[in-house]
Amino acid sequence: MIGELRSSLVGAIAGLGYISLFLVRLIVVAPRALLRWDLIAKQVFNSGALSLVIIMLSGLFVGMVLGLQGFELLQRFGSEEALGTAAAIGLFRELAPVITSLLFAGRAGTALASEIGLMRATDQLSAMEMMAVDPIRRVVVPRFLGAVIAMPLLAAIFSVIGLYGAQLIGVQMMGVDSGSFWSQMQAAVELRDIREGLVKSAIFGVACSLIAVYQGYYSEPTAEGVGLATTRTVVTSAVVVLILDYLVTSAFL
Amino acid sequence: MAKSSTLNVGAGSFVLLGFAALAFLTTQTTNHGIHLGAKRSVYAVTAKFDNIGDLKVGAPVSMAGVDVGRVTRIDLDTQQFKAVVSMQLDSKYNQIPSDTDASIYTQGLLGGKFIGLTAGGADTFLKNNDQIDFTQSALVLENLIGQMVANFSNKGPDSAGSSGSPGSSGSAPTTAPSPKPEKTK
Repeated sequence: MIGELRSSLVGAIAGLGYISLFLVRLIVVAPRALLRWDLIAKQVFNSGALSLVIIMLSGLFVGMVLGLQGFELLQRFGSEEALGTAAAIGLFRELAPVITSLLFAGRAGTALASEIGLMRATDQLSAMEMMAVDPIRRVVVPRFLGAVIAMPLLAAIFSVIGLYGAQLIGVQMMGVDSGSFWSQMQAAVELRDIREGLVKSAIFGVACSLIAVYQGYYSEPTAEGVGLATTRTVVTSAVVVLILDYLVTSAFL
Repeated sequence: MAKSSTLNVGAGSFVLLGFAALAFLTTQTTNHGIHLGAKRSVYAVTAKFDNIGDLKVGAPVSMAGVDVGRVTRIDLDTQQFKAVVSMQLDSKYNQIPSDTDASIYTQGLLGGKFIGLTAGGADTFLKNNDQIDFTQSALVLENLIGQMVANFSNKGPDSAGSSGSPGSSGSAPTTAPSPKPEKTK
């Protein structure tokens, strides 16, 4: 029992070590991989542009529910005009980075993990090594960088759409004064809030894409292994994002 | 080649969209940058207050509860040590009497401060760069409590027996704590 616990603990720490070394390896190779910007552009398209629909749709509905709940709550204090501020700060600092990265892990992270895992299972990565092409540089780093670039942009788009969702409910449906909605927001929101969201989404982007490419690259070369890698990507990303969210928030306050 | 160029266009437009969203967030939702839309023609007036409390730039200026302008600048007059509040009023409301009174009020229970204008009776109207002479400072809770304590300690021992005066001064504590939450904000 104790031995099992210890071995699983050691296993977890070893996993953390592996993934950190993997990150170092990616960063070392990254400058040379940047020369093949066409590969990175393809991956920005795959992880970013193809996630756009789900991000925008979720952003709209998150913003709308924020408008509805925020209005209901603020009305009790007779300060519905603060809805713009509440929605903007809630979206920029928390909801946009966190929900975007959770969706991103589900949409783009799984795609990355299964793609690389399948390359591993079908020996494509070994074939590259035989041809003296570094699979990390050719396959993994462009996907990693593409996802890292895409993530903050997706979070920014999520914020804007969410804000309009909140505006739609608050101003158009519930009758909050449009001028107060925007002017109170502009008076209260600082660049610091936007910076916090940006830093958070960048950190979550690195974490999610690192987990995805790591799980794919080190997956068992079987059909089962690829499936497991995909599942692990989503589960680990979700937990890591929520833990990191707490840490980054406490660092910012 | 055709495939890769459409792909690059897709990736490029995604990045552009992302940066456009970011630019929107930094310029349109904060008080930095130029605000598009709602470009109204305005005129500026100033007012000097002894104390503005926590009035902020961007706070609304209202008259009879209607929003007529915004506070644009807050400065300190180093001669008289008064706060100089510059505000812009909508040119639509260009017939505000020149002896109008400006006071600082609190919005709701948790709201920020705003300037309320009460019309005077003069025949001349406020013009661009005019100054509002009649002002009333923000209610500062600490001063209010100070006065209250002074009142209580003045007539504490001798009026304790009478039923009338504790009742009338007892209304002060019930009104005083209500602005407290916005002070601690």
